Amino acid sequence: MFGYLPLGAAFGVLFTQLSLSPWLGLLMSLVILAGAGQFLAVALLGAGAGVTELAVATLLLNSRHLFYGLSLLERFRDAGIAKVYLIFGLTDETYSLLASLPRSGDRDDIHARREDQRLMLRITALNQLWWVLGTLMGLAAAQLNFDSNGIEFALTALFVVLGIEQWYALRERWPFVLGLAVTFTGLWILPNDQLLLGSIAGACLLLLGHYAVHKRRTAMASTHTPRSPHS
Amino acid sequence: MTTTHALILIIVAALATFATRVTPFLFLSRHSAHPLILHMGRYLPAIVMTVLVAVSLSAMTLPVFEVSTDDLPTAWQHWLMSAKGAGMLISAICVAGLHLWRRNALLSIAVGTGIYMAWVQIGTPAVVG
Repeated sequence: MFGYLPLGAAFGVLFTQLSLSPWLGLLMSLVILAGAGQFLAVALLGAGAGVTELAVATLLLNSRHLFYGLSLLERFRDAGIAKVYLIFGLTDETYSLLASLPRSGDRDDIHARREDQRLMLRITALNQLWWVLGTLMGLAAAQLNFDSNGIEFALTALFVVLGIEQWYALRERWPFVLGLAVTFTGLWILPNDQLLLGSIAGACLLLLGHYAVHKRRTAMASTHTPRSPHS
Repeated sequence: MTTTHALILIIVAALATFATRVTPFLFLSRHSAHPLILHMGRYLPAIVMTVLVAVSLSAMTLPVFEVSTDDLPTAWQHWLMSAKGAGMLISAICVAGLHLWRRNALLSIAVGTGIYMAWVQIGTPAVVG
């Protein structure tokens, strides 16, 4: 949970390089609440990107969030207005905390569910609090002539950590090899400013292709394998 | 950039971020068992993270590639021999090693960033450039 404090600080420091009002950096941590997303937004704001470019980049970068909600559908049920905040605050870190939370009691027990949701709400709010505090610290530190050169590496470090967490969850090698291969190909054939989006889009297409092949193969296997008389 | 323009972009980023988080609750709840959704949900995060690592390791020194995009092995050699490229690679390996060892996200990120900041601030002279 505390991980958001230094990362928020890194974001705050990075934001001051934009020569915009620091309040806008604070606003970003209040209304966007995304680690990688906000770093990317700073990079795009600095590059003078347009609305469409920023929207597409954010959607693609956060496409992994599309699948986070699926495992929490049941647990967020009937949370009322709190549900909007729980969904808003579903960052990588918050998701991994909530997903690893043991369920208290029976899934039909309304009191246990309420208790569960109150706890999840506290975790989400605390995570945002650390993130916002970190941002403020970073914005303030930048006023103190603190040499922040190189702090942007915090984002790369976050990606490495999240990638290793994915490895622990998946224990399969090919998705990582595919990601590397697509990016290296992208370095060859894509212009620099299209590298990120082009690589993610290419990887999505390849994964769709993999799904189609995988589906056909399992379908063929199930029709051609004779049923065992004992099963 | 004007404050108004920045405000508009921030609101767009906020909406786009919320859109990706709310979609499963709005549209995918009835299809949450569909094999395509399960397949994408299983593999996409790992692939996206790998792309992000690879892109951010190369993107910060991308001007290097403008030297000779036709000759990528030479460009990689330049990247590796530049202070930033080597520092990033070493710091990234430290982050990965530390995380595999202790599995403490805060520790891995803080130490790795510290190493990289020290590297670029102490000003290892670039071999190239």
